[in-house]
Amino acid sequence: MNAIIFSAILGVVMMFTGIFTNKKPVITLTAIIALVVLLSMNLLNSHGIFSIQIDTKGLLHFNKMGMFFNTLLIGATLIFVLLSGTEIEKLSDKTADYYALIFFVLCGTAILTSFNGMLMLFLGIEILSIPLYILTGSDKHNLKSNEASLKYFLMGAFTTGIMLMGIALLYGATGGFGLTNVGTGALPPSSGVQGATFLQVAGLLLLFAAMCFKVSAAPFHFWTPDVYDGAPSVFTSFMATIVKAAGFFAFIKLFSANASLLGPTWTILLSFVIVATLLAGNITAVFQRSIKRMLAYSSIAQAGFMLFALYSNNDLGTEGIMLYTVAYCLATIGFFAILMKVKDYTFDGFNGLASTQPVLAFVATICLLSLAGIPLTAGFFAKYYMLASVIKAGGPIWIVVVAVLFAAVSVYYYFKVIQSMYFKEGQPETSEITSGFKMGLLVLAAGIILVGVLPSIVLNWFYF
Amino acid sequence: MPIQYYIYFSLALFSIGVIGVLTRRNAIIVFMCIELMLNAVNLLLVAFSKMHHGAAIANNATSSAGVEGQLFVFFIMVVAAAEVSVGLAIIVMMYRNTHSVDINFLNRLKN
Repeated sequence: MNAIIFSAILGVVMMFTGIFTNKKPVITLTAIIALVVLLSMNLLNSHGIFSIQIDTKGLLHFNKMGMFFNTLLIGATLIFVLLSGTEIEKLSDKTADYYALIFFVLCGTAILTSFNGMLMLFLGIEILSIPLYILTGSDKHNLKSNEASLKYFLMGAFTTGIMLMGIALLYGATGGFGLTNVGTGALPPSSGVQGATFLQVAGLLLLFAAMCFKVSAAPFHFWTPDVYDGAPSVFTSFMATIVKAAGFFAFIKLFSANASLLGPTWTILLSFVIVATLLAGNITAVFQRSIKRMLAYSSIAQAGFMLFALYSNNDLGTEGIMLYTVAYCLATIGFFAILMKVKDYTFDGFNGLASTQPVLAFVATICLLSLAGIPLTAGFFAKYYMLASVIKAGGPIWIVVVAVLFAAVSVYYYFKVIQSMYFKEGQPETSEITSGFKMGLLVLAAGIILVGVLPSIVLNWFYF
Repeated sequence: MPIQYYIYFSLALFSIGVIGVLTRRNAIIVFMCIELMLNAVNLLLVAFSKMHHGAAIANNATSSAGVEGQLFVFFIMVVAAAEVSVGLAIIVMMYRNTHSVDINFLNRLKN
């Protein structure tokens, strides 16, 4: 409960900061302090030392896993603000408002990690999405940003409609909005409706489509590249990591409770979605010329891997999604922080970065290796846990083989960037880089390698 | 009236909304179609709420079953209002820059 309450309050506090001061570094510092407060409040809550208790009538359910996941997301936001805070300041003079919106998004993620029914799922997703529509369009005079915002908004609202239709059909079939009674409730015989299971299945399928859209899984991924490409880079970094991870958590929580209702169809449906996502993400990423757009497609590909946690639906899968969130957030936030410093987003813009900015090139290499899943980086164990969980759950071997093959494809486009940085000549234009930023990046790279060597650090912390 | 009528009516409204979103090119009309989808859901929720309530009071006259469906409708209305305020602001922002609310314009981003 702490995370929900404090993120909402601190969001309002950030709004007022903009009234009292115009100095951007002060606003960023306030945001960092506020995030530290939020993080410590959530940690206190998860250790049971200080927690605000409110009777939510069973609408929210706080468990250890949800709170741990919340800690990861707030921690990732803190790293994001520490590394990219100066980029948020550069966007316009409404810095305080952007931070306020980021806190409201965190409020949405806090609800998504603890929802216990359809009402809170719906509210969480909307609280998460509406600030994002604004953040996507925050570069007001840039046509690309406008288009991305409008596209994201129309698509998002359309999917909300589809999701609500699913919820309404489930309500008709079961008479409740609870997370667990979706599969159990039976229609009262007096209602006169035959074939209640049809309503349930139709409702679940609509919900599935809507959630696939939110986490950008194929065949509902088409909005992702345009939106990620058009949004200001700093918010793309935020959207691709924290928001996506929260969406996955909600997706897994929702369907681990209800997937059994769909029977064997569920596995077939999910395998199709996983393979389509891996295919669409990886193959299209190969042909991109802009690195930012390549990262958008690669985030679709990574979503394909994260879907394995949904497929396996066991403890190993849960551990896997935790590790994946850590690995993916660290690497993507780090790489986007570097990308924003380079003026030209094409592969040629990175030519010769290693000679002019060796630290940036080194950290970018670590991040890309982690995204590709090379051993000794965090990404390796993340992918390993995902695939191991599928095998443990008795899943078919072919889907694991397909995943490994696509991971190999992903190496191609990640290494193309490394090749540009180290083996090509060029004078990349970069904006001013402070030594503090370099230090931060090196700490981040050390973190990626540390998690890659000893993944048990994250996992033991989860079981604390 | 049997519940089936409500289901068919809501699904018809919902389908009109979906078809509108997929075929119309004017951002504001697309937006109206999305609102139509949400309102079809509202109608369905209220109908189901009444149905569950009717079934529950047959056994227990003081039962309040079915009330959560109507509560959900209020939340949908609030969220839809929030979405309208953000959505119209985005459309106005785009109109200022392009003097058009045509969403064919959006395909430029692909290149």
